[in-house]
Amino acid sequence: MLTTESQKKIDREIAKYPDGQQQSAVMAALAIAQEEQGWLSSEAIEAVANYLGMAPIAAYEVASFYTMYDLKPVGKYKLTVCTNLPCMLSGAVDAGEYLKQKLGIGYDETTADGKFTLKQGECMGACGDAPVMLLNNRRMCSSMLPEQIDKLLSELE
Amino acid sequence: MAILGALNPMLTVGLDAASDSAWRLDAYVKRGGYAALKKILAEKTPPEQVTAEVKKSFLRGRGGAGFPTGLKWSFMPKAYAGDKYVVCNSDEGEPGTFKDRDLLLFNPHSVIEGMIIAGYAMGAGCGYNYIHGEVWAVYTRFEEALAEAAAAGLLGKNILGSGFDFQLFAHHGYGAYICGEETALLESIEGKKGQPRYKPPFPASFGLYGKPTTINNTETFAAVPFIINMGGDAYLETGKPNNGGTKLFSVSGHVNKPGNYEVPLGTPFSTLLEMAGGMRGGRQLKACIPGGSSAPVLPGTIMMDCTMDYDSIAKAGSMLGSGAVIVMDETTCMVKALERLSYFYYEESCGQCTPCREGTNWMYRIISRIEHAQGRPDDLDLLTSMTPNIMGRTICALGDAAAMPVQSFVKHFRDEFAYHIENKKCLVPPDVQRAGSGFFKATV
Ligand SMILES: Cc1cc2nc3c(=O)[nH]c(=O)nc-3n(C[C@H](O)[C@H](O)[C@H](O)COP(=O)(O)O)c2cc1C
Ligand code: SF4
Ligand code: FES
Repeated sequence: MLTTESQKKIDREIAKYPDGQQQSAVMAALAIAQEEQGWLSSEAIEAVANYLGMAPIAAYEVASFYTMYDLKPVGKYKLTVCTNLPCMLSGAVDAGEYLKQKLGIGYDETTADGKFTLKQGECMGACGDAPVMLLNNRRMCSSMLPEQIDKLLSELE
Repeated sequence: MAILGALNPMLTVGLDAASDSAWRLDAYVKRGGYAALKKILAEKTPPEQVTAEVKKSFLRGRGGAGFPTGLKWSFMPKAYAGDKYVVCNSDEGEPGTFKDRDLLLFNPHSVIEGMIIAGYAMGAGCGYNYIHGEVWAVYTRFEEALAEAAAAGLLGKNILGSGFDFQLFAHHGYGAYICGEETALLESIEGKKGQPRYKPPFPASFGLYGKPTTINNTETFAAVPFIINMGGDAYLETGKPNNGGTKLFSVSGHVNKPGNYEVPLGTPFSTLLEMAGGMRGGRQLKACIPGGSSAPVLPGTIMMDCTMDYDSIAKAGSMLGSGAVIVMDETTCMVKALERLSYFYYEESCGQCTPCREGTNWMYRIISRIEHAQGRPDDLDLLTSMTPNIMGRTICALGDAAAMPVQSFVKHFRDEFAYHIENKKCLVPPDVQRAGSGFFKATV
């Protein structure tokens, strides 16, 4: 289920923690599995649990507690818009509406071609650059006014 | 780059905002970095003396509660034979706060040096830095900085030939505000759901993996090398009595230049506002949350009389908290602002305690119905009667954090809430609100 490359990455994480505490690597391991497979299926969660020698239910508890894990398939590009107050004061609500209109979907929906998923998020610790959105959990997009949103969408093939 | 200005800086002194390499080890060393660690190791300074210096500096925790750092360090058991841990809280998720992100991006070695010194002072051999999952670039940079430090013999076994060992690792979050609470953070490092633990026992006796642990905020650790270099007394003097040193303030909302600013504690709010470019469009300051979303809101007139330090803000009825200054001008609808904040706490409650789990949901529903023209005449009294039943009755402080905005918004802006209920609409017309945000470049 997990590629050898993912296993290598997970091994590097396990090495950070004391002997016998490899469960500490579960957050990183789930993130690695999600990066490899696009989302976390029950099989993927179980594979991570088995690899770390923990109960699958314990790994599932973690996967379902933290919002950046996707327990359902998402589009090729997942855009999470921060709409918390500081971002809202700089137009985040409108940024979300603008995206909804452009993509023709609402929050927690995916475009029919499977390209985009739109999500609403909480403060990402980047409020000075509002409005902000996170692309595929990794790339922080700052100062997302209409022109910047248009530019981003045209870049994403 | 969002460290946009400073007055008598320490944490950001000599940092070239435009440079891609200012964060690197050699640049940090050129700025005087690792001198404090080298001095302690060379002089074999007794660990208690390091803690005593931190106590003298009146450094107060930069994560939110403002607890005196030296005092916290002294709670760690000295004679304990097993492992002890030092943990850095970089899970910055308090709405309005983005200072630890920039500190770690642009000056990661100051945090690393601070953590090594903390390990030395408390006899801990291992540390973790828990980094907010959404800021991935920070996590990868911190790992790079750790590799630099290890390669230079500043981390690992027998640091600089001193016989002192200290390991340090980065751990990332993945989207849960509650993991900023220190015991939830420990659970999370242990590979579990981030649900806060009952206290006592406190982390100094039962922390990570059940071992004595001290948790401090990123900015708290970053201040430590400066305290050792200049001495506790001098550090205290750069701030004001009982409020040592400088502080990073994250200014967001309706200002012209949102960003991080480092100023000495005790700097007038008006100076900070000016540094942040003043009010957007020259409009009036209506309200300000001075310490992150969990701190009570203050009306603009009260805020203008405050200085930015723990005591002045507390006297005005709020908290300096994490130093996140959320600025709201006259285009802000206070009901909508509170609706969004109360949704946040409802969404982020971990669900362990009934008053928090049910209370955050109930408060959100009431505020939301006021905002959406369904408010009832007794809703404001209902809200004010609820908050005391949440505060102080939960496992962690998220319950209080959810209740304080509600209490303070209704207290200071009661008329606006009442107007909403009576007239079934905003006091501030929706198009004015939208224009204020600047998204469509419209002007009021
Ligand atoms: C709900 C909640 C969220 C918190 N979030 C953070 C955070 O993001 N960063 C932080 O340093 N402290 C946060 N804290 C405070 C920590 O529990 C802890 O007091 C702090 O990290 C101690 O460091 P300090 O003494 O250096 O401030 C939070 C507390 C609560 C109750
Ligand atoms: S107060 Fe809320 S967030 Fe804190 S432990 Fe209780 S339910 Fe969880
Ligand atoms: S409120 Fe959007 S990043 Fe903080």
